[in-house]
Amino acid sequence: MLVGIDVGGTNTDAVLMDGPQLVHAVKLPTTPDVTTGIVDALRELLAESPATARVDAVMVGTTHFTNALLERRELAPTAVLRLCLPATQLLPPLVDWPDDLRDAMGGYMYLVGGGHEFDGREISPMDRSEIREAVADMRRQGVRAVAVSGVFSPVNGEHESAAAEVIREQDPDLRVCVSHENGRTGLLERENAATLNAALGELAQRTIRGIERAIEALGVNAPLYLSQNDGTLMDAEFAASFPVLTIASGPTNSMRGAAWLSGIRDGIVVDVGGTSTDVGALVNGFPREAAVAVELAGVRTNFRMPDTVSIPLGGGTVVEPDPLRIGPESVGYRLTTDGRVFGGHTLTTTDVAVASGLVQIGDASLVADLDASPVNRVMDEIQRRIETAIDRVKLSRDDVPVALVGGGSILLGSRLAGASEVLRPENSGVANAIGAAIAQVGGQVERVYSLEGIGRQEAIADCSAAAVARAVSAGADPTTIEVVEIDEVPLTYVPSNATRVRVKAVGDLAGLGPAR
Amino acid sequence: MWQATENELESIAIGAGILGTGGGGNPYIGQLRARQAIRRWGPVDVLAPDELPDDARVVCVGGIGAPTVGIEKVRDLQSYHALRAIEDFTGEQATALISNEIGGSNSVEPLIAAAMAGLPVVDADGMGRAFPEFQMKTFFVYGVPCCPMAVADEKGNSVVIRETIDPRWAERLARSVTIQMGCVACYAVAPMSTEQVRRTAVPLTLSLARDLGDAVKSARQHGDDPLEAILSVCPGKVLFGGKVVDVERRTTAGFARGVLTIDGLDAYSGERMVIEFQNENLVARREGVVACVVPDLICAVATDLGEPVTTELMRYGLRVTILGFPAPELWTSPEGLAVAGPQAFGYDLDYAPLAV
Repeated sequence: MLVGIDVGGTNTDAVLMDGPQLVHAVKLPTTPDVTTGIVDALRELLAESPATARVDAVMVGTTHFTNALLERRELAPTAVLRLCLPATQLLPPLVDWPDDLRDAMGGYMYLVGGGHEFDGREISPMDRSEIREAVADMRRQGVRAVAVSGVFSPVNGEHESAAAEVIREQDPDLRVCVSHENGRTGLLERENAATLNAALGELAQRTIRGIERAIEALGVNAPLYLSQNDGTLMDAEFAASFPVLTIASGPTNSMRGAAWLSGIRDGIVVDVGGTSTDVGALVNGFPREAAVAVELAGVRTNFRMPDTVSIPLGGGTVVEPDPLRIGPESVGYRLTTDGRVFGGHTLTTTDVAVASGLVQIGDASLVADLDASPVNRVMDEIQRRIETAIDRVKLSRDDVPVALVGGGSILLGSRLAGASEVLRPENSGVANAIGAAIAQVGGQVERVYSLEGIGRQEAIADCSAAAVARAVSAGADPTTIEVVEIDEVPLTYVPSNATRVRVKAVGDLAGLGPAR
Repeated sequence: MWQATENELESIAIGAGILGTGGGGNPYIGQLRARQAIRRWGPVDVLAPDELPDDARVVCVGGIGAPTVGIEKVRDLQSYHALRAIEDFTGEQATALISNEIGGSNSVEPLIAAAMAGLPVVDADGMGRAFPEFQMKTFFVYGVPCCPMAVADEKGNSVVIRETIDPRWAERLARSVTIQMGCVACYAVAPMSTEQVRRTAVPLTLSLARDLGDAVKSARQHGDDPLEAILSVCPGKVLFGGKVVDVERRTTAGFARGVLTIDGLDAYSGERMVIEFQNENLVARREGVVACVVPDLICAVATDLGEPVTTELMRYGLRVTILGFPAPELWTSPEGLAVAGPQAFGYDLDYAPLAV
């Protein structure tokens, strides 16, 4: 059997799935350290499950790293070292970042010699002493992580790797991320992704090791997987090195889980959490992927992920009635202690919903002092913000079915502008956890082919076969594997026609995959 | 006269992306570069051709290279260095700059150099769209000499091509230099007179780009159809709508050539459109029948948001709508078609104007 766990900003949900059957589900508050919530959920899940249940794998989807970026917290002071001079100076690293996020990470950047031309020539030689000077300055500034980006590193990653070596020699404590390991051509987007990855590294290492140890301590002897943004899984070790890939796994899991639960193949999924709401379009049961560049916390990257609109509005969002202000702060997992209806002192959207009579949770008498008119204004504003988000992701003006999932969906009534019907599927509160549990495993292969000796279709077929083989070795059931992504980057101009092909194949975990 | 400030740049980038017909480089990067330049040196005055003083000396600047390289080795201030090189060589001071190509990032190249040099920019360009080759400019079609011209890189190298026997030779020599320079160079052509600009430039295209972008942004804000908004600013028609199922690319002789295949959705379900491109979209065939051909404009935009999609960003699964716009009149004359008609790109096709 499979355990799917979703760690949201407010709740930690866990499900036990036996093939296509949902055996059991639990929901507990998220804890500040994330791990305790996971352990509590897993313990409760196992306690109430049949004694014969054997856990084959634990799949965790977490918004922990996304939230760290959105809230600009627990980010390591991070430097960007770009190997480029004398090229690419007009647009320095972090150029189009939100100021507060750049400030949260320190905004350290160093442009040095190095990098390559499109045809593999060096733009300029990499100068080790120049890098050592940069590292010395980083130490003075208190930098703890470095993203290394080199012009054309997807074609030739040598300078990035050599620079990383120099940095590690100089300061073994600095966490180093090289951009060619997590991105493709497109300097700014790849550099941004590497920088976010570097900034999240410490938090990821700590969090993932913690979860692993905790699962083991419960006596569960099963591998840990983390959900990636594309709906596939990565093992714990990989995830600790590439936390940025977990970003937006929440929306993907939510949407795949919602599609599975509601039976909607085409429509809109609105996932209202404690801190934020994600709205995305389902096309044929899968999240629609973003058309062009995807922004994470206001930063442009070149990842492919579901085309969702995320707004800072959830069940724990803080409300100030006069003058009216809703969010972006949220009490998050502290809703059940800090929220007014739970005896706390912070007014949240949930408290206002209780005051309006839409919802009955906690103690309604604790919000009896709120006047009807501001309450209605807040409820109208919540509805309006969600409807605007729905409208932004819709594919046409026609009304479409809308599935409401997530604990915070209690904030919404049964009618929404733009919706032909509003569905609240059973077990919708654990849609993300189900999405995590039904996630697939993938294999990705990147190879360079000279199209002088081999046809393009042959090259793609060869690379696809290798990707399928890798997916199988990662644990995918061969009968379910599909090639989901083919990407080509031509490498040179004249005379040889070389191209870099990247293929991604995914399938269900062998022997375990539920029907989708 | 109007001013290109930071506020106008986003609209110009969207509009220039649409007019880029799939090529012209990454509009996002062009926009960011122009923003950096305007932040550093201030906004740029934009003059309609009619507003130019009669004795203006107008230098055309532009980028030369490959878009697939430009998203990685991002351009710097090459256009400014090319401008100074051509001024040095000719001994003439520029009094205004003009875009060689409104489509894509070349639309902002003169804004960057002009901000730095403190010069105005003319609201016009040499294409009214995007084209892959240097000689494909209305200036040269109607008799403006293409030389002397300067080519500059980001390292401090510049080359002046003093004279060529025709613009194709200028393209060939500049292209060779550019490849050696690492494929993100800029060039500047010796100054034009006011009379030459008024007679040979496609007028008011920078404001057209701005207006197209404004229309798309406003449609998004109000929940209107961005495609309708585009067509209300610039008359044209929807050629096809569907999902990208294949992109075949090969980068040869400095150009990103390829074939894009789109399977129809909704009204076009069951049909297929195949678009051949050489940096820009050149021929669109619906079910094997030519639907639109160069120099008319074949533009791909994301179906939902109206965001232009360049050929290098095309990939499997994207939902796109293909729009067609009639070419500026300067291109549909016999002289224009000889340079930028279907046969100039090696197609055995006659130009049939797009019926709107």
